[in-house]
Amino acid sequence: MIEVRNLTKYFGKLKVLDDVNLSFDKPGIYAILGPNSSGKTTLMKSILGMVIPQSGKINFNGEIVNGSYRYRNDISYMPQIAHFPENLRAGELISIIKDIRKSVATDEDLIADFYLANHLDKTLKNLSGGTKQKINTVLALMFDTPYLFLDEPTAGLDPVVLLHFKELIMKLRNEGKIIILTTHIINLVEEIADNVIFLLEGKIYFTGTVNDLIKKAEGNNLEEAIANILKANGNA
Amino acid sequence: MLKIFKYSLYDLARSKWIYLYTFFYLLAGFALLYLNNDMMSGLTNLLNISLLVCPLISIIFGIMYFYNSREFTELLLAQPINRNSILLGQYFGLSISLSLGYFIGTSIPFVLYGLFISDIIFDFILLLVTSVALTFVFTGFAFFLSLLNENKIRGFGLAIFIWLFLAFIYDGIILLSLFLFSQYPMEIYSIAVTLLNPIDLARILIMLKLDVTAMMGYTGAVFNKFFGSSLGMVMALFSLIIWVLIPILLSIRIGNRKDF
Repeated sequence: MIEVRNLTKYFGKLKVLDDVNLSFDKPGIYAILGPNSSGKTTLMKSILGMVIPQSGKINFNGEIVNGSYRYRNDISYMPQIAHFPENLRAGELISIIKDIRKSVATDEDLIADFYLANHLDKTLKNLSGGTKQKINTVLALMFDTPYLFLDEPTAGLDPVVLLHFKELIMKLRNEGKIIILTTHIINLVEEIADNVIFLLEGKIYFTGTVNDLIKKAEGNNLEEAIANILKANGNA
Repeated sequence: MLKIFKYSLYDLARSKWIYLYTFFYLLAGFALLYLNNDMMSGLTNLLNISLLVCPLISIIFGIMYFYNSREFTELLLAQPINRNSILLGQYFGLSISLSLGYFIGTSIPFVLYGLFISDIIFDFILLLVTSVALTFVFTGFAFFLSLLNENKIRGFGLAIFIWLFLAFIYDGIILLSLFLFSQYPMEIYSIAVTLLNPIDLARILIMLKLDVTAMMGYTGAVFNKFFGSSLGMVMALFSLIIWVLIPILLSIRIGNRKDF
């Protein structure tokens, strides 16, 4: 169980997260929604300890983990934009991360799934954006961790890969993992999300199921509902 | 930390700059020994080059390297590794690579010219130690600046400025102030300002060992008079070690509070 308590984060004077309280306790897919710069990535990075919040606690399986690191063994993180060390080959990067984690990895299956075998010998700077994103996916999904944090995982993937990615995520969900993802693709949310967390200017505007959100915002579908929320709050 | 250190070394082993740096010292060493035909003068000349080049390359190459490895740092931070291990691993990876480059580049020519049968072997070892210390100090500065400044141009500019300031401007200001206040007793003042500049410290440390009074300059002479050679050397070495610690401790402090 991950519980976020009274999390507040400023970047300079800008308040990015404002007293956020959340918990991820049941298995399933949690979609974090919200307009740009509403604090989605910062929330994820705060839980991971990459961003240091001004106040607030992260409770991981009953233990406060601010400033500690071992709990990250149970989390796989897929960053939004795949920034990789440029001089490494793709295959080397995968083996480095495997060496660091020292857990059982299913990288070979994923490499086959994403047709990456031909790219492993290339240096990362020579890979296309989409291929980098695939490597990013392999790095995030190759370990068997109970928690997955995916920051805009579908950006830059072609339709075939996207389809496969969705299958993978659903499979992981059915294995009982807690999957937390951010995305701007409404269809994806309607299709796979069990729970929705709507962030607005660093505050939690809504948590619940997709249907509850649609009801609350008086829309006919999720897209309309989100548009209504943003209009009502002067964001669109 | 060892793992990060290993991968840092592995990454740097592919960078042509480290080899170029080694080659530079190799070339300089052979050229100086050939031109001087006397190991002692070769060593003094190498000292003067090292005092400028070690800090320059450490801070400039350092800041480029640390900015470039930012992506890798971010990737590592999401893994179950302690933040301090990541920071220290990268710092030691670079400072030890540069030190090795220096060690290899300068040792080969001196050894081939008969270092082991000469009487300057301890002077040479002291030069190695001092240059390695300077490499650590300025790699530390680079690390500190790269963590402090998100803006690469600014970080780069500050790095060049720190080098220029400590290598040239500082001495100019000290000389000017000594000249302006020459009526007053300046011994304590000149010792204090020497302790505040790692490059000066390194220079004086070796000058005291070589005992070349002519090249000590005013501050060196004061150091010599005030502490005597051996105590002066201990003082200088001790201060240099503190200088090694300052930037890396500051970097860790900043790195632990930084958002990636």
